[in-house]
Amino acid sequence: MAQGTNYNLDQKFDFTAGLKKTVITVGVAGAVLLVLGILLGMFGGHGHEGDADHHAFHWSQRLFANLWINNVYFTGIAIIGVFFFAIQYAAQAGWSAPLVRLMISFGHWLPIAAVLMLGTFFIANHDLFHWTHSYVYDKGTETYDRIIDGKGAFFYWPLEKGTFPVFFIVRMILFFGFWVFFFNKLKNLSQQEDLHGGNSYWYAMRKWSAIFLVFFAVSSSMSAWDWVMSIDTHWFSTLFGWYVFASWFVAGLSAITLFILFLKDRGYLEMVNQNHIHDMGKYVFAFSIFWTYIWFSQFLLIYYANIPEESVYFIERLSSDVYGSFIYVNIGLNFVLPFFVLMTRDSKRHGVFLKLVCTLILFGHWIDFFLMIQPGTLGHNGGIGLMEIGLLLVYASAFVLVVLTNLSKGNLIAKNHPMLEESLHHHI
Amino acid sequence: MERDSNFILGIFDDEDVLLNAVKDVRKSGIKIHEVYSPYPIHGLDEVLGYKRSRLPIAAFMFGLLGTTLALTMQFYMNKFDWPMIIGGKDFASITFVPVTFELTVLLAAFGMVGVFMATSNLKPWGQPRIFDLRSTDDKHVMAIDIANNASLTTEAISDVLKNSGATEINRKNFE
Repeated sequence: MAQGTNYNLDQKFDFTAGLKKTVITVGVAGAVLLVLGILLGMFGGHGHEGDADHHAFHWSQRLFANLWINNVYFTGIAIIGVFFFAIQYAAQAGWSAPLVRLMISFGHWLPIAAVLMLGTFFIANHDLFHWTHSYVYDKGTETYDRIIDGKGAFFYWPLEKGTFPVFFIVRMILFFGFWVFFFNKLKNLSQQEDLHGGNSYWYAMRKWSAIFLVFFAVSSSMSAWDWVMSIDTHWFSTLFGWYVFASWFVAGLSAITLFILFLKDRGYLEMVNQNHIHDMGKYVFAFSIFWTYIWFSQFLLIYYANIPEESVYFIERLSSDVYGSFIYVNIGLNFVLPFFVLMTRDSKRHGVFLKLVCTLILFGHWIDFFLMIQPGTLGHNGGIGLMEIGLLLVYASAFVLVVLTNLSKGNLIAKNHPMLEESLHHHI
Repeated sequence: MERDSNFILGIFDDEDVLLNAVKDVRKSGIKIHEVYSPYPIHGLDEVLGYKRSRLPIAAFMFGLLGTTLALTMQFYMNKFDWPMIIGGKDFASITFVPVTFELTVLLAAFGMVGVFMATSNLKPWGQPRIFDLRSTDDKHVMAIDIANNASLTTEAISDVLKNSGATEINRKNFE
């Protein structure tokens, strides 16, 4: 243990009133933009009112789609905090010892995310998910859909298709339930370690982390099918789970890096030096490339095989005047930018570059989820406007508020972590 | 005999002693030719004052060469040598990406290994200068070139080595 050093291991984050005010101001600004966006949607003319096959587009649909984007996106960042924490223990990592508290604190968003997601689903299911309409399961009628009927059991089992999606809801509750359970378990063990010390807590956390990682491997993939892929009900991709996970992971890593830099700027986490930040930079760099690899693998196979029922997914996006340009923004922000900016050693060790890149990556992966969710729910009525920016700011400020409030309640550094000394001498 | 290939060797048993010795020796104005050890020692290149390796730059250049080669090859083949339309795709398509990626990685890796071997004199016909065979077993060997430290007597250098914890002090001449 690092008792021989001058670092203050009992340091607590002071969530000052001024800081709280800044975060809330951002949230309020977002809310104002959101209301403006809604008003524009209510009274402003939108050019597609006279659609023959669609009932008139309502602004609430766009609000629901945005709620869903942010629900999925921020749930991802929160669970990645717990996931990255678990990775540190399962891999017996020493370098990250002073950072584990920050990672696990992201999990405080999970219970809120669970409520938001369930609530949004119950209010907006018909606007978000085509498979929730019972008419697609009516055999012999014009609206019957053989493909969705074939997949229906995955949502409705054991009930009749088109009634209440028991299996879907049970999975959602199960995933959130276990994620919150594992988060609480790991968080409590970590806090107990502060009080009592010794190596037994570290071993217990390693064990629980390993169990969580097995559960997360399955649940992250399945939640991606449920919450995102089922929007485009006819379409499927076998690596979609990885794709969503990769997007979550890069966004989560960027968020962790930004929080570290923020805390360091305010004089906390003295133990954390350039070497630890370099490691976080390497993670962001490497997993940006991993995301690109997954994205491209999915795209190339669909492009090359050119089977209509698969390529429709990309045609819907690439040849759309609403979403077409965002595909390039997506690749630019999430691959080209981090690849070239974070390539050199110096840029991974200096906060300025990392702050810039991580902020843009966070926005870039929000765009990634925007591109996954909006085309299937809103079609040509989507886009990035006041509503999108506003709701993103509201969610971001709420997330930061929850994380920082909970961070200020305990020690910033797990002071009895058996590998604190190793982390102190971390050098790359 | 007193030519530029005349060395004083300090033999060290312990890596911590060696690290401090390197600092002491450099502080007393002696230029160290090289330190040989059986395994990598953390922090040794820093106390020796070595600059960061420029190997990544070589890797980047070779990677760039690979990218250029791959794109040129595919462009030439698909445009001039044997144009083919597969699956209705135009030729300058994203199907170039996997080949380009692979050649970039391949040339970057080969180039990096090649440059490393060339700069480390690890060519098959190279004759490495072995200062002390025990540096491949359990001893750390600090080699000091006498010609590079002309202002100091060999006795003075030996004294500094002895005071900083060398267990043996030897001479080595290369013909």
